[in-house]
Amino acid sequence: MDAIRYLLILSAVLFSIGAAGVLIRRNALVIFMCIEIMLNAVNLTFIALSRQLQSLDGQIFVFMVMAVAAAEVAIGLGIIVSIFRHKPTTDVDDVSLLKG
Amino acid sequence: MLAYAWLMLLFPLLGVLINAFFGRRIGKRAVSWVACSAIGLSFLVALGVLMGTAGSTGVEQPLFTWISAGSFHVEFSLLLDPLSALMAAVVTGVSFLIHIYSIGYMAEDPRYARYFTYLNLFVFAMLILVLANNYLMMYVGWEGVGLCSYLLIGFWFERKAAADAGKKAFIVNRVGDMGFALGIMLIFAMFGTLQFSEVFRRAPGILGPAAVTAITLLLFVGATGKSAQIPLYIWLPDAMEGPTPVSALIHAATMVTAGVYMVARNHVLFDMAPTTAAVVASIGAATAFFAATMALVEKDLKRILAYSTISQLGYMFLAVGVGAYAAGMFHLTTHAFFKALLFLAAGSVMHAMAGEINIQKLGGLREKLPRTYAVFAVGAAALAGVPLFSGFFSKDEILWRAFLHSPVLWLVGLGTAFLTAVYIFRALFVTFWGETRAEKKLWEHAHEAPAVMSIPMLILAVLAVIGGYIGLPRLSLVEGYLEPVLHAEHAAEAGATEWVLLAVSALIALGGIALAYYLYVVRPAVPANLSKQFAPLYTLLSRKYYVDEFYMAVVVEPLRQVGRFIAELFDPRVVDGAVNGLARLAGVCGEGLGTLQNGRVRSYALSILVGVVIILGYFLLR
Repeated sequence: MDAIRYLLILSAVLFSIGAAGVLIRRNALVIFMCIEIMLNAVNLTFIALSRQLQSLDGQIFVFMVMAVAAAEVAIGLGIIVSIFRHKPTTDVDDVSLLKG
Repeated sequence: MLAYAWLMLLFPLLGVLINAFFGRRIGKRAVSWVACSAIGLSFLVALGVLMGTAGSTGVEQPLFTWISAGSFHVEFSLLLDPLSALMAAVVTGVSFLIHIYSIGYMAEDPRYARYFTYLNLFVFAMLILVLANNYLMMYVGWEGVGLCSYLLIGFWFERKAAADAGKKAFIVNRVGDMGFALGIMLIFAMFGTLQFSEVFRRAPGILGPAAVTAITLLLFVGATGKSAQIPLYIWLPDAMEGPTPVSALIHAATMVTAGVYMVARNHVLFDMAPTTAAVVASIGAATAFFAATMALVEKDLKRILAYSTISQLGYMFLAVGVGAYAAGMFHLTTHAFFKALLFLAAGSVMHAMAGEINIQKLGGLREKLPRTYAVFAVGAAALAGVPLFSGFFSKDEILWRAFLHSPVLWLVGLGTAFLTAVYIFRALFVTFWGETRAEKKLWEHAHEAPAVMSIPMLILAVLAVIGGYIGLPRLSLVEGYLEPVLHAEHAAEAGATEWVLLAVSALIALGGIALAYYLYVVRPAVPANLSKQFAPLYTLLSRKYYVDEFYMAVVVEPLRQVGRFIAELFDPRVVDGAVNGLARLAGVCGEGLGTLQNGRVRSYALSILVGVVIILGYFLLR
């Protein structure tokens, strides 16, 4: 039963890399990629557990996540493009008009 | 007739409403007609009530329920008995004459309608006070007359002295009214009702000696304020800043006697409290004496009369203090006549001399104002207690009753009677006799008042003479009339003693007049010499025993200091400090929290992550 353990550790590592990327990187596109890494880390967990529990529910969830991620990327890229039109940068720290 | 007694209140109220809302439009003539006829009709009703209540022990006439809350129940009803009827008749009668006099006196005043509105309102409030059948209603009237007094003293508020005098009267009265209000509350706490008849009926069963002393003392504190007795008399001399008819009506004949009336009304309670009665009599005698000494050196004619009023009120309190309620009411009645007369005559002098009232700048006026001189002389004789004038009988009655009670009080009263004769005839001689000291222009301008002013004076002069005969020692109309209410125990028939006392007080009065004649007519230089020889005493008297200064230093200044402390330290530091501090706290919090919202998306994400970790950690490690 070691395979599941490695899979879960792998997905945790991937998730952490993604989260760290989101927190550390400034480029909006890179942040998006990191978010994708996090989503896919979660997907990996679903798959691994689906196999482990012999249930298809996890896989169905993965499809859902992929669909949502695709939609999210479409919207996110749209936002980034419109920010870029407004301000020629993809650095999220430059977009701070809502600062308190 | 008694069923229509409420009309007595209605007429002045209508007068107030008409003159208050339409007075400026309907013209002076109509204003005077409305105001005077309102009081005249009210007087006729009062006369009817006066006759109707003879021999009755009192009828209560409910008009409407005023307050009804749980067990607390106050009716707005009139108490019609000989005491209230006599008082109401005196109030409306004297008011009527003074209203008519005011038509002439105030003819040139731009605020004519307002003046008559206030005057009618005063009569209305005074009648509520007099006709009340419970303490609360009496208190409303009590405050109402106080308000009118304030408004009328400060009627010429452009003059700072008048505005200040009005304020002083109001504030000093507040001290007294506080006592009165506390007394009423105490009565309510003990009895659960404020109706006079209930309270008096149950008083012997409910009140212990301590309680009844406390209640009566508190009520008397109220009386010292309204009726200008020691220690609260200081407002009355200043109140002379108001128009002279107001001084005659409110500050001589009616309002200031409300305290005497109130004590007489509560005689059941005062009879149960010998300590209070002694206090009342002593304060009355002391006030009578000290006010008379101050009147001796005063130079302002109206202020002389004001001190005289304080002094005569002292007599009335002396009377009610020794249990001679009928004698007190009798003196109240005669005093209303002759003191109103004296004030109106003083007003006539002011009218003639363009407002000059310092007796040292008058003199010789008997030549120019023979009618005023005649009525002033009648008033002075009545006040001094010259035999056969009204004041003689009423004052003698009081002195006689005081003698039976305590010879010391009688001696003080007798001394006061002597001083009274001296000061009022000093005023008479200095104002009307000798060479004039007035400015030439004023002197030539001097003229006798119009009929509308002199006729009320003549009527009052007649009353000042014959008013005493209603209470002749042997006839005792007043005492007999008030008997059903006051149950005056008849003074022992002392025969010879009484006649001796009568002769003594007559001699004292004549002696005082003779002394005044010697000092101010025969040897006019003597008073000036005397005042130099006894300079400290003279200064003490003319500075009114420094009582005003004393109150200034002991009461007003400390209060002012407290006010300054509050205004300069407490308010900006503590009150404003609290408000500003709260605002600053909110600002600091906002700034602190604002740094969280720094606009950096990544730090938001970090916060979310940290939050998630904490929440998960909590659920996992729990």
